[in-house]
Amino acid sequence: MTRRLLFVALFVLLTATFGLSLGAVSIAPGEVWRALVDGSSSYGPIIRQLRLPRVILGFLLGGTLAVSGASLQALLRNPLADPYLLGLSGGAGLGAVLAIALGGPIAWAVPAAAFAGALGAVALVYALGRTSSGRLEPRILLLAGVVTSGFATAIMTALMVLSDAAELRNAFLWLLGGLGRASWQSLGLFLIWAPIPLLVLFTAARSLDLLALGEETAGYLGAEVERVKRRVVVSTALLTAAAVAAAGMIGFVGLVVPHAVRRIMGPLHGRLLPIAFAVGGALLVGADTIARVVVRPIELPVGVVTALIGVPVFAILLRREIR
Amino acid sequence: MILEGRDLEVRYPGVGLPALAGVDAWLRAGEFVAVVGPNGGGKTTLLRALLGAVPLQRGEAKVAGLPVASIPRADLAQIVAALPQREEPAFALRVGEFVQLGRYAHLGPFTPSGPSDRALVRDALERCDAWTLRDRTIDTLSGGEWQRARVARALAQAPRALLLDEPTAALDVRHAMELLELVRDLVASGLGALVVTHELNLAARFADRVILLADGRVQAVGTPREVLTQETLTRVFDWPVAVTTWNGGTPQVVPLRRGETRDP
Repeated sequence: MTRRLLFVALFVLLTATFGLSLGAVSIAPGEVWRALVDGSSSYGPIIRQLRLPRVILGFLLGGTLAVSGASLQALLRNPLADPYLLGLSGGAGLGAVLAIALGGPIAWAVPAAAFAGALGAVALVYALGRTSSGRLEPRILLLAGVVTSGFATAIMTALMVLSDAAELRNAFLWLLGGLGRASWQSLGLFLIWAPIPLLVLFTAARSLDLLALGEETAGYLGAEVERVKRRVVVSTALLTAAAVAAAGMIGFVGLVVPHAVRRIMGPLHGRLLPIAFAVGGALLVGADTIARVVVRPIELPVGVVTALIGVPVFAILLRREIR
Repeated sequence: MILEGRDLEVRYPGVGLPALAGVDAWLRAGEFVAVVGPNGGGKTTLLRALLGAVPLQRGEAKVAGLPVASIPRADLAQIVAALPQREEPAFALRVGEFVQLGRYAHLGPFTPSGPSDRALVRDALERCDAWTLRDRTIDTLSGGEWQRARVARALAQAPRALLLDEPTAALDVRHAMELLELVRDLVASGLGALVVTHELNLAARFADRVILLADGRVQAVGTPREVLTQETLTRVFDWPVAVTTWNGGTPQVVPLRRGETRDP
């Protein structure tokens, strides 16, 4: 176990170093660490103003998506759950496209609209997934998420077809996600927003262990099932909406990382959630670095890289599981 | 009195007839109670009603003298351990980790499990003959091993009563007998046990008291000899049966084939 933890720490350290040293200008790793502490280094501005907030935000977003995905997979007892499942993807997309179609400034109106759209869609899914007695029914939540997203995507597609080509490309690029807009400001906003819902998820770790056994069993073992479900759904929604606002929709981190970490660390959430946070963060930092350098000077959307890494990894994991 | 239900009535939304109506049921320490009856007769609903897991239209369910609805789930789990009929874990835990989850109610969200918790888990595993399974993942267990692991987790809750819903349903003769002998041993050590089962003959041999439920109502309650009679069972199950005795008095039920008579 100690060796596995060391391995994870090394992964985090390596991806952070590469994330700081590689880019349009490559800086030697030794120089990077010097520029962080020494104000006189000529690379100081690039490292401190551009790459450091980008690497930190990438790490936090990747970690947040992985923890949200892991929590939802336990709650819905469905290994295919990802953080965008409960209507977020469609809602965020619709919000962003609506803002662009109405000519809002990309810098803040689009993230704000995506955020509002994501939360609006989750609220609708939440309302649809509640039984008359106030219980949340996971199966209905799943279905409501799929249909809500489908409906929002239909409106979004209609809007995109009706708007002109340049706007369409902007909307599309924005949704694909990327850390290119990362700054100390966006990092600051995320840091104000994310800690409480993250803390809620980490404190729910043991309850999630029980929920993964089934709701009736979880209740008999002492979990306040409805309270846990409400908290987990609301927290993952708040986190994922904020992640979308900060960097668009970055796929596969929230789906693949929990799977991979579960295989290494076992399915108990007390260990799974923190390690998934670290691995998800490091993975996104690594993917973002690849996105920046692989076809320099063009930046690939980071979602493309996470999909290109995530899909084969997921396929291998699935093959092993059904072996 | 560990569990006590009075005049319990439960209706499921959209269903005309009540799932449970006017049912009295109770469980004392050191007592093995079997709940039997036809499918859909209300056995599982009775178990849920006693645990406060379904809303009551009428009546009252008490656990350790308190209304069950007023007891936080974590406190309830330290008094009663219940195993529903079906349980399908989403992830493949190791048996040791799985049984450790029985300590949840005692530990809360952060307290790490201490030496006393680990000792309890080990003791629970050993009593269920499952200590050697502790490093296996639960998706590799046979039906009998799986039930033993579940009972071990129930014991790790350190409860005063066990509520088991059809624990022997998928088990062969040996594993069914071993499981019920284990429950009987636990009852001898002071636990109360309420076991829902379709195995009338096992109920007759192991239970101190039998509750016969059909159509949501108690059709008969008492010792196996009082409840498991030819007339009552033939009427309640709507199928002719003969009742013989084993070992000087324990009733044993033989369902009759078409054309068979009770006195060959």
